[in-house]
Amino acid sequence: MSPVILRTAVRVVIPLLALLSVFLLLRGHDEPGGGFVGGLLLASALALHALAFGVRRSRALLPLDPKTLTATGLVLALLSGVAGLLAREPFLTGLWLTEPVPGLGKLSTVLAFDVGVFLVVVGTTLLILFELEEEDS
Amino acid sequence: MTPETSSSVGPDRARPLAWALAILNVGAFVWLARLLPLAEPLERSWSWVPSMGVELAFRLDALSAGFALLITSIGALVLLYTQGYMAGSAGTGRLLSRLLFFEAAMLGLVLSDDLISLFVFWELTSVASFLLIGFHHTSEASRRAARRALVVTAGGGLALLVGLILVRAAATDLGLDPASAGRLSALSAVDLTAHPLAPWMLGLLLVGAFTKSAQMPFHLWLPGAMAAPTPVSAYLHSATMVKAGIYLLARVNPVFGDMAQWHWTLVPVGLVTMSMAAFMALRQNDLKRILAYSTVSVLGILVALLGLGTEAAVEAAVVFLVAHALYKASLFMIAGILDHQTGTRRADLLSGLRRAMPWTAGAGVLAALSKAGAPPMFGFVGKELLYKAKLDLDLFSELTILVAVVTNVALVASAMLVGVKPFFGAVATGLPHSPREAPLSMLAGPWALGLLGIGIGLVPAAFDEKLGGAMASVVLGTPVEMKLKLWHGLNPSALLVLGLSGLTLLVGIRLYLRLRRRRLGGSQARPTPPPSPLDRLFEAAMDGLPRGAGWLTARLHGGGLRRDVAVALGVVVALLAAVLARSTRIPTVDGDLRPLEAMAVILVLAGTVLALRRARWLTAVIGVGVTGLGVSLIFLLQGAPDLALTQLMVETLSVLLLVAVLLRLRQGRPGPMKGPRPSRVLLAGAMGLAVGATVWLASTVRMEEGIGEFFAAASVPEAKGRNVVNVILTDFRALDTLGEITVLALAGAGIAALLRARRARPSEGGRS
Repeated sequence: MSPVILRTAVRVVIPLLALLSVFLLLRGHDEPGGGFVGGLLLASALALHALAFGVRRSRALLPLDPKTLTATGLVLALLSGVAGLLAREPFLTGLWLTEPVPGLGKLSTVLAFDVGVFLVVVGTTLLILFELEEEDS
Repeated sequence: MTPETSSSVGPDRARPLAWALAILNVGAFVWLARLLPLAEPLERSWSWVPSMGVELAFRLDALSAGFALLITSIGALVLLYTQGYMAGSAGTGRLLSRLLFFEAAMLGLVLSDDLISLFVFWELTSVASFLLIGFHHTSEASRRAARRALVVTAGGGLALLVGLILVRAAATDLGLDPASAGRLSALSAVDLTAHPLAPWMLGLLLVGAFTKSAQMPFHLWLPGAMAAPTPVSAYLHSATMVKAGIYLLARVNPVFGDMAQWHWTLVPVGLVTMSMAAFMALRQNDLKRILAYSTVSVLGILVALLGLGTEAAVEAAVVFLVAHALYKASLFMIAGILDHQTGTRRADLLSGLRRAMPWTAGAGVLAALSKAGAPPMFGFVGKELLYKAKLDLDLFSELTILVAVVTNVALVASAMLVGVKPFFGAVATGLPHSPREAPLSMLAGPWALGLLGIGIGLVPAAFDEKLGGAMASVVLGTPVEMKLKLWHGLNPSALLVLGLSGLTLLVGIRLYLRLRRRRLGGSQARPTPPPSPLDRLFEAAMDGLPRGAGWLTARLHGGGLRRDVAVALGVVVALLAAVLARSTRIPTVDGDLRPLEAMAVILVLAGTVLALRRARWLTAVIGVGVTGLGVSLIFLLQGAPDLALTQLMVETLSVLLLVAVLLRLRQGRPGPMKGPRPSRVLLAGAMGLAVGATVWLASTVRMEEGIGEFFAAASVPEAKGRNVVNVILTDFRALDTLGEITVLALAGAGIAALLRARRARPSEGGRS
């Protein structure tokens, strides 16, 4: 496929895919979806972007580098469990806010955990993929 | 009392930090001291693992208080000393934080009442010891010493765990209720020695105690541990950690102390250890190694005393334990001062330093006097009690006395070698640094300990009334009164004991003088004696393990990626075949094939055919991807949308990864792929068949519990979610998911590091 076609298509598709991945993440608790799938989708989207535009520009798209993303995700997942401890419950007990937030649904430590999973999946996959697709110096 | 300090503390911030921590320890010491004498033991417990009946239970009685006082007081002095010792070098913060970690673990150990939490703290001290011995991790010798120490003490810890579990089970068998069966303090309520497994319990506990307290033949890790920085040796390997085994023996004495096996194991082991180690100490030339071996010897003395178990013996053990901690920590610190100020620890080189380092010399003499058992030091009181206990025996009194005298003679000589020789005699020449007096932070410890030693020696009532008697009572299980005196009067038995002490001193001093003459002026060419046969055997065993593992790995993994995968697949096929062969189920096929499902199956088959054709490798990869798509279609049609989605995404990513990797490996060799070897075809086919058959069989198994129903029912009310899969992943089994993402992150990090390293070197083209 000629680079022009790929790049044009990717430019259109990437924002949609990113939005879709977040959508999958947020709806995961009640509908098919969740942190894993959302993360995989975002990672695939960025890998596609790297194929079209090169790894350097794809890295620039991310607010944090993949290592930091992974670490952030892990810490977030751990902290969501600690929140349960602070409420004198066992580790990783789910705590829920009673009022749903418009646009996000019900907020909870479980959602935070899922976001952590999302970040870890994105981070790890991109960590590997970017290294693989990096041009030899 | 478990602060965590950042390891990024620089040298200038270390000083106030060390002082602050030392003051904290002093505060703890004072608080504990004011609680004495304890009217009632203090208890506190938190529930930890209720399903296994494990609690974090802490109990402060006289025995734990005595140990805790030692830990905090010597801890404070060591922390101060560390700051002086490490002044100017990086890593002080790291050392301080590890020392604190150890202190917390040690305190937890002596305060623990629950059997399992005792084990946890026991192992934590082993881990802390490993971290501390291996502090200079760039040195090969440090790493080996740390590994060796960990293997021995952790191995003993395993034995201890089994022993403790047996004890708990036996206590429950004998009628103790489950809550008390896990508590050390409650064990005396039943007669555990009547249980048929009692010898096993005892044996395992003894293995744990002997490894920790460096009894023979487990003693070898302790001299090696001298590779650690001197503050570590002063704290762990003289005063606290090695005494943990003694503590354990003291704790279980009321329970097991009457068994014949108790006497007949502890006494011989103790006697052999104490005598042999005392003489091995004299063969050493490194000050710290002399002290290490003499510590082993004293531990042997304590073990033997606890083995004897009489009232006199236990009193002697209690007093000796404290006296030894005081003088040994001091001597180690002095050895460290000498090392720090002169640049060497060689006993043959150091002499005549009393003018250059007067304060150090004074502290050294004090400590040496206490160790040699000269009046009026506390060590003298201890030695007297030792002889008195040995004289009191019915059996083998002469033998034990003989061994005790001989051992103590050697100990006197080693005391003089470390505490006296470096300071008296001709002034040494040829030292690496010219000696100057040590700073206050390093002198505070030895002097405080020395003054304490002489103070308690002169006024023993301060110790025995408040603490000593109570400690002995806890160990014996019955209340006793301890009355320590410097002068016991003119009756025959007291004179005999005094005579023995005097004899020991005199012979010991003569031995020291003879040794000194032989070693004057560095006449021995070797700075350290050659390793003993036992040492060499141990080293061979420890080295053999990694070498054997390396050989096995080379056998299994030698031939590149394809060989690795073949080995892995082969094992899996063998395991599955074994399971399948024994199964008696007949799998059935139920339901008919709907047209959409048929299409999905055809898709999978088409992909497989595509992958098997030996055309371009890109086509093969796409074929694999197509099979994945087909499978995800099947999932969707079977009513598992989450699974289908995930499968779809994973398939896409796998294809992407495969393409990226193969691009690298094949480096633009787009031609047809080579055909696979027949054996590999067979293996792949067997793997496919085995996995397929297993999955088919597995689908016929009906799980009794109805786990699926439980999750489906509980999903909305308890987890507020309708997507059961996601709810299980992120709520019900969130802990598993946490573990999985950690593994994922680690794998990713490893892969990225490997790839990055490969890129840093000039690429050698694709190889597989």
